[in-house]
Amino acid sequence: MILSQQMVLGVMIGGLYGLAAVGLSLIFGVLKVLNVAHGELIMLGGYGAYWLFVLLGLDPFASLLLVLPLSLLLGLGLYWALFGFVVRADEETRIKNSLLIGFGLSLALHALAVRLWTADERGITTPYAGKVLIVGQLAIPLVRLASLAVAFVLIAALHLLLTRWRWGRAVRATAEDWQAALLAGIDVRRAYLLAFGLGAGLAGAAGTLVSVGYSISPSIGLEWTLKALIVVVLAGLGSVFGTFVGGLFLGVAEAASAAAFGGPYREVVGLVIIFAVLVARPRGLFGAR
Amino acid sequence: MLLEILGLDAAYGDVPALSGVALSVEPGEIVALLGPNGAGKTTLLNSVAGLLPPRAGIIRWEGEDLGRLPSHLIVERGLALVPEGRRLFNSMTVEENLTLGAFAERARRGQQANLQRVYTLFPILRERRRQIVRQLSGGQQQMVSVGRALMSSPRLLMLDEPSLGLAPLMVQAILDVLVEINRGGVAVLLVEQNVRAALTLARRAYILETGRIVGEGGGAELLQDPHVRRAYLGPLAAPEYFVL
Repeated sequence: MILSQQMVLGVMIGGLYGLAAVGLSLIFGVLKVLNVAHGELIMLGGYGAYWLFVLLGLDPFASLLLVLPLSLLLGLGLYWALFGFVVRADEETRIKNSLLIGFGLSLALHALAVRLWTADERGITTPYAGKVLIVGQLAIPLVRLASLAVAFVLIAALHLLLTRWRWGRAVRATAEDWQAALLAGIDVRRAYLLAFGLGAGLAGAAGTLVSVGYSISPSIGLEWTLKALIVVVLAGLGSVFGTFVGGLFLGVAEAASAAAFGGPYREVVGLVIIFAVLVARPRGLFGAR
Repeated sequence: MLLEILGLDAAYGDVPALSGVALSVEPGEIVALLGPNGAGKTTLLNSVAGLLPPRAGIIRWEGEDLGRLPSHLIVERGLALVPEGRRLFNSMTVEENLTLGAFAERARRGQQANLQRVYTLFPILRERRRQIVRQLSGGQQQMVSVGRALMSSPRLLMLDEPSLGLAPLMVQAILDVLVEINRGGVAVLLVEQNVRAALTLARRAYILETGRIVGEGGGAELLQDPHVRRAYLGPLAAPEYFVL
């Protein structure tokens, strides 16, 4: 009973891991740039929703409609100001330079968040926060269930965007072979910009969901970057739904290990999974190459 | 003059790859570019396509200096490259690859007509249009690569070793299609291992060795040239096909 309850909760946090990872994976896959400040973008998205809730009384699920586009715009700005210079280098240099820029950015955003919102943990407590759906022996928190559903819808929307939209296909083409994309007449700089914006937008959305079902503080960034990174390694690049499934898998695995060995071992399991995947299947479970 | 290259220098870091290359292509003609491995043929095509910015010299397209124009705008102007090794989008279907070839603004309007034209040139691709290109044979993948370049409505089609690694029958099929494409008014600049076939096809040819143009002439004329015969066609020359 306890175990299955834990599993259900694991699936729900796993959906957010998946959503967090999809943005990171998109940016990494297309730009070959590792944005280690991805977790900070999630954190900012969470505070954005928190502000909208506290100052304007906006429901967090409704504020997604604001937070997502604003995060996307922030992403475009960050690309224009910082990461746009990195992608001019060859691929090996890109990774190194993006790590430097990403770590610097994450420190700066962390400090900014402490300034604006103090270092306290915050969360959004909606009127319906305590509502629970009882299914047999299981108690499912309604807010987290809704978050899982929203995460899935966003992932499905991204999938449609990348397969149906002309520029979405250009983004995928650029991820596979940017020179071939250029030769096909695609402006790859615009594809980079678009991918970075979409990745940041998804990070902001993930942050909003984290702030409703869980809690946020200025220091959650690194933790979320790590979770996302674990999922990206686990799932491999190139599959949006694969990444989502990878997130669910990590959530369940963490819940199972917490139930078996106790809470403190929750984090260990992710790293063990990374190790196992790198040994057994370096391109990840759903990786294209 | 469609394409005119003057005094072109190119380099990878400190390693020079081309020096003082001059070459031209008239509208509607087939020009072959020959030379041993490492001579700089791929470098030359990549420079024209904007993938490798030239160190010095002029690349002129219909009188306009292409300078440091980014590749996608060069495609927009009607100059397409079928790169070495095909370079397809391997996780996508045949038709997705082809339609991506029509990404340039100018090519979008002609997308449907061009798609039908590619399917007429390569009927097998119509049958396989929903298939992931990774599952196709090497020859069929080469057809997709040529087709993708044609989707941009080029006036000059540059091909980098389109027959590399293909079976002789498939090589002939690809070369036949090039003639067919050329009949439609598209000029062709061809880098090809199979020197005899290339010289038979081409109206003119250039010979590139260690980054310099060392010879040029009519296709038939070069077939008789003693240096060409000794280096590229004689018994000691490299085999005409590299069938893997």
